[in-house]
Amino acid sequence: MTTRRITAGIAVAVTATAAIFPIALLAVWSFAQRWFWPDLLPRGWSTRAWLYLASPASAISPAIATSLWIAIVVTVISIAVALPAARALAWYDFPGKRAFFFLLLLPVIAPPLASAMGVHGLFLRFGLTETVSGVILVHLIPAVPYTILMLTGSFTRFDPDWEAQARTLGAGTLSVWRYVTLPAIAPGLAIAAVFAFLISWSQYLFTVLIGGGQVLTLPLILVSFQRGGDEAITAALALVFLAPTVAAFAVTAKYLRNDA
Amino acid sequence: MLLLAPASLVLLGLFAGGVFLAVVQSTGFFAPIGEHAFTLTHYSAMLLNREFQLSLFLTITVAAISTVLSAATGVGLALSVRRLTGRWPLLNALVQVPIAVPHIVMAVLLLNVISQSGLVARIAYAAGLLATPNEFPVLVNDRYSIGIVAAYVLKESPFIAVVALAMLARIGGEYEALAATLGASRWQRFRYVTFPMLAPAVVSSSVIVFAFIFGAFEVPFLLGRPYPSMLGVVAQRRFTSIDLTERPDAIALSVLMAIITAASVWAYLKFTRVQIGERPTLF
Repeated sequence: MTTRRITAGIAVAVTATAAIFPIALLAVWSFAQRWFWPDLLPRGWSTRAWLYLASPASAISPAIATSLWIAIVVTVISIAVALPAARALAWYDFPGKRAFFFLLLLPVIAPPLASAMGVHGLFLRFGLTETVSGVILVHLIPAVPYTILMLTGSFTRFDPDWEAQARTLGAGTLSVWRYVTLPAIAPGLAIAAVFAFLISWSQYLFTVLIGGGQVLTLPLILVSFQRGGDEAITAALALVFLAPTVAAFAVTAKYLRNDA
Repeated sequence: MLLLAPASLVLLGLFAGGVFLAVVQSTGFFAPIGEHAFTLTHYSAMLLNREFQLSLFLTITVAAISTVLSAATGVGLALSVRRLTGRWPLLNALVQVPIAVPHIVMAVLLLNVISQSGLVARIAYAAGLLATPNEFPVLVNDRYSIGIVAAYVLKESPFIAVVALAMLARIGGEYEALAATLGASRWQRFRYVTFPMLAPAVVSSSVIVFAFIFGAFEVPFLLGRPYPSMLGVVAQRRFTSIDLTERPDAIALSVLMAIITAASVWAYLKFTRVQIGERPTLF
């Protein structure tokens, strides 16, 4: 019993450290002024990195704004496109349903390389390369199928008869949606939206291939500072990059756990 | 099926259409360099290329090792979480944290922690184990891709654990309790009762993990060596090269990678009866 309690203690300690340590380490790095080998803690502290992030002279706040804008548009489009598709997948049987499902899983797992390189030439012709619109379009490739997969789960647990009952009672299409369907799928919808946002927010390769380095998003800036070797700014950027993920996680962890 | 029309536009138009155009451009119709006849030379050139061969070997090795280690760690994690979750209800949520950490951030963290002048090396110095950073083993951007494997095990073992935990919850504890009353030891209960019921879910999610790492870019880009690099990095480098003639080769390589990924996903669907409507747990 004692060994079991000790293993339990160790497991909790390790997991808690694993969860909190990254954020703590990045926070310390972001305020470090000089932190040379072999110091365990920085020699001096400084707000340089954070001031640089906030400074209008640096390209960082525009990049954060671009990332936010792209992710929000991708989220809205993904939800709009995924809602009807998820209904169809959850409620109806149709020929080729299995194939459609396969097609849904592919872009979520497959690397962006082939599809992005393929549409690159086409986008070039329509002037979409190196534009925010072009980047939004390619971010839809992983975001839409993921959103559909998540929303299908919500619709599977929702009985279509509920809508029928509301209609029998004289509700119009809009009020059925507003008072019956929406409240029933709201938690799933919220989680799907969060994930669509995060998929776009953390996208690197699609943005590089189609944005051609002209559309600067937060992950691109983060990688370039990492390669440039400025650890304080890299850490501050990583924290900003992590912020929506952490926030979303805090909110959705409860739902995800209850569902599992 | 009007409901599917907008989604099909994205899936067929952008994704399948993109892959189709990639196939076209890699088989001798890459207009910017004046190609107008069908040829498979870009594929044969790629397959015979030394860098590609080294890279393919590296990619398969890294993906396979990372997958096996993630699966083993993930199952272990799931079992200990299940054992402790009564006393520590937060644990269930905590395990999922690394899933949410973006790959780039994971790579940045590893560079800060396990590089030769990283935190671990500094702690070793403070403990008097070494005198200079050079004495610390090279764990990032290293010969054996230890950094890449470490990043993926940290990221993907929680993913496997979540899948395994869901499966464990579905199985329930009765079978194990029954085995225990029949006198099975803890190891026997795991080996002959829990593991066989867990295996299909773990194997199928491992296939997904393998396919994902096989095509990965960010982690090998930040934690790998310049040569040989993993396939995703090679493809991206060739595609963005100033020399346009390298571009069809890059596209051919990407098509090959897409075929391998598609085969993995197909195998995943074939060997596991994924229910349409189940929430996907993905990265």
